[in-house]
Amino acid sequence: MRRAIFFVPLGLLLLFLGAVGWRLANPPDTRIVSHLVGRPLPVFMLPAALPGRDGVSARADGPRLVNFFASWCVPCIGEAPLLGRLKDEGVAIDGIAVRDRPEDIARFLARYGDPYRAIGADGDSRAQMLLGSSGVPETYVVDRRGIIRLHHVGPVEAADLTELRSALAAAR
Amino acid sequence: MRRLLLLSVALAVAAPLRADSDLPQSPWANRQLPDPRKEAAAEALMEQIRCLVCQGQSIADSNADLAGEMRALVRQRVAAGEPPEKIRGWLIDRYGAWISFRPPVEPLTWPLWAAPLLLLAGGAWLARRRLARRR
Repeated sequence: MRRAIFFVPLGLLLLFLGAVGWRLANPPDTRIVSHLVGRPLPVFMLPAALPGRDGVSARADGPRLVNFFASWCVPCIGEAPLLGRLKDEGVAIDGIAVRDRPEDIARFLARYGDPYRAIGADGDSRAQMLLGSSGVPETYVVDRRGIIRLHHVGPVEAADLTELRSALAAAR
Repeated sequence: MRRLLLLSVALAVAAPLRADSDLPQSPWANRQLPDPRKEAAAEALMEQIRCLVCQGQSIADSNADLAGEMRALVRQRVAAGEPPEKIRGWLIDRYGAWISFRPPVEPLTWPLWAAPLLLLAGGAWLARRRLARRR
């Protein structure tokens, strides 16, 4: 009985190693999903990021995607053609250009395609904070009543299209 | 030696390649509020808000653009007279309790708050047995 106590440190060490090993094998998810999913889009009104285009606001007008992007964001290049495909399917996509300049946005859209119905400028990341977003690119599915249905963190990839399409279908 | 020198010059001249915007941060990201009491209140909160980009740092310590904008948000709201706890609540509402370095007291975090007391009690119990045996 007295002897048994000497094995306690070894047991603790094994527990510790087990915990470390488990965490290494299952790395934590560092994506930050907005807690506003299931709640209405907060009220905001962003001026147009490009002359001659519409700005973006929280006005409820049918199901849509709200996509945070930037010309300085490399993964945004990767998702551009997929957003273009969704646009061709008739999805309304509102872009929010984060910390960006009009001439850079225009160059980015000319080069990689322009899937946006409207583009708002978020020069100081306030809209990002308002919506619980933490980076670019991020995409929200907003239903016709203005409720956030899905928050996709990171670039939209081919494998994500099904999820986005079904969320959009449910948002009608 | 010459090559090393050349290399360091080349490195110094090369425009750093960053995946970050080159727009300047908001003025209040890195400027203190004129009222020292309000600045102190804002800073106390900034040290307890987690940066969303460098997730181990507070927004007070982080150089990320977003952290700068969050500092500006905190300063502007404190300057406007909003209590810091309300600002913390606004952020928690969007990003979850995770964004605050001070965990809320709720059933999920009770073990966390109870742990120091339990450890202290356990230590006292061990020490008492030890001391009793000595006598």
